[in-house]
Amino acid sequence: MNSRVLQTTITFLVVGGILLLALSGFFGSASRQFSSTMVNLQTWLATRFLGLQDFITAPRDIVTLRARNAELESQVSQLQAQVIELQQRVNETEILAALVDFSRANPESTYKAAAVIGRDPSPFLHYVIINRGSNDDIRRGMPVVTNQGLVGRIDAVIADAARVQLITDPASAVNVYLQNAVTDAVLEGSITGDVSLDMISQDSVVEPGDLILTSGLGGGYPPDLILGQVVTLRTLEFELFQQATVQPAVDFSRLEIVLVITNFRPVDIAPLQPQSSP
Amino acid sequence: MRNIVAFPILGLAALLQSAVIGQIQLLSGYADLPMLLLAAWALQDRVKSAWHWAAAACLMVSFLSRLPWPIYLFGYLGIVFIAQIMQKRVWQAPMLALFGVTFAGTIFMHLLSFAILRLSGTPFAIMEVLGLITLPSLLLNMLFSIPVYVMMRDLSRWVYPIEAFE
Repeated sequence: MNSRVLQTTITFLVVGGILLLALSGFFGSASRQFSSTMVNLQTWLATRFLGLQDFITAPRDIVTLRARNAELESQVSQLQAQVIELQQRVNETEILAALVDFSRANPESTYKAAAVIGRDPSPFLHYVIINRGSNDDIRRGMPVVTNQGLVGRIDAVIADAARVQLITDPASAVNVYLQNAVTDAVLEGSITGDVSLDMISQDSVVEPGDLILTSGLGGGYPPDLILGQVVTLRTLEFELFQQATVQPAVDFSRLEIVLVITNFRPVDIAPLQPQSSP
Repeated sequence: MRNIVAFPILGLAALLQSAVIGQIQLLSGYADLPMLLLAAWALQDRVKSAWHWAAAACLMVSFLSRLPWPIYLFGYLGIVFIAQIMQKRVWQAPMLALFGVTFAGTIFMHLLSFAILRLSGTPFAIMEVLGLITLPSLLLNMLFSIPVYVMMRDLSRWVYPIEAFE
């Protein structure tokens, strides 16, 4: 009995002593080493276990991820298509808003909007095809404009489409006047799509930047439609007229929507022109 | 009956030419898709005659173009003629024949256009037009001719399967 009490007392004393030493900080370094070893061991075990778990479950995850990836990719492509469509609509809306502003600013004319759907297959001619035709009361000779200025005029019409001769076409000639110089001239297109002014009187003082507008002479176009600006002037003393290169107001490479002036009827002045006698 | 395929193909080509190819400009020139299709078709071994393709191409393109239709008729018939000559001369190198026909066909079509523009009194400087329209068009035609040739080769194999060809 005494020996048992002694054993218990010794055990308590040893344990109590150890605890006392530990609480007093005498086992600090040993404790740190132990915990560090334990943490390393646990880390090693956990890493290996996760690796093993990945190895076992990976095939199932790849299939799931691939399906999810395909789903997301399809969603992304759908959203991209939507974004493109919306951007296109925004562009169209901007163009239409500008055209509406233009038609409000020029209420004397009535307009019909049309989309440009094609160009002449020949690189030597400058014509565009629009998606309005005789069914929409479009007639040959009607002027075509944008909010920037004159585009051209209707050259041929079928039921649902029409062909527009641009002012850049080599066969196009528009009677114009220069706003600042107050002089008449003729704006001509060319095969390469450049436009130039001809028949400017030698007496006229023309400056680069002068605005060019339709004069209405000849009855082919209504007056006061903007065409462009003078870029450079060529004056040769031995020639009858001055010539000028022109920067068109309209960007013909980006024609999308145009307005056809439907209440303008061109005047055919051919019968009034003097016939040359044989 | 096999020639009926010419109408949808050339119709689509004419629409693409007007709506898309005409927008892909190099300086002021652009490729001529119907001409390339015609040239590539005429060069195929299995195709015995491409004359009616030329007529169909003329019909489709002149519907969209302001140029007089005889330009396209003579131009496209001329291209088939050139293609047949080239096919006989350089039959072992189809790509060489293709480039030859594309080159000669582009020049031929542009010469016809120059002629009609001169006759109609349109003033132009030949060197400027060559530099800004003809040479860029030629380059684009050469570039486009390769995929077009491959497409037309596949089409000819589909239209004229080997049993029918033999």
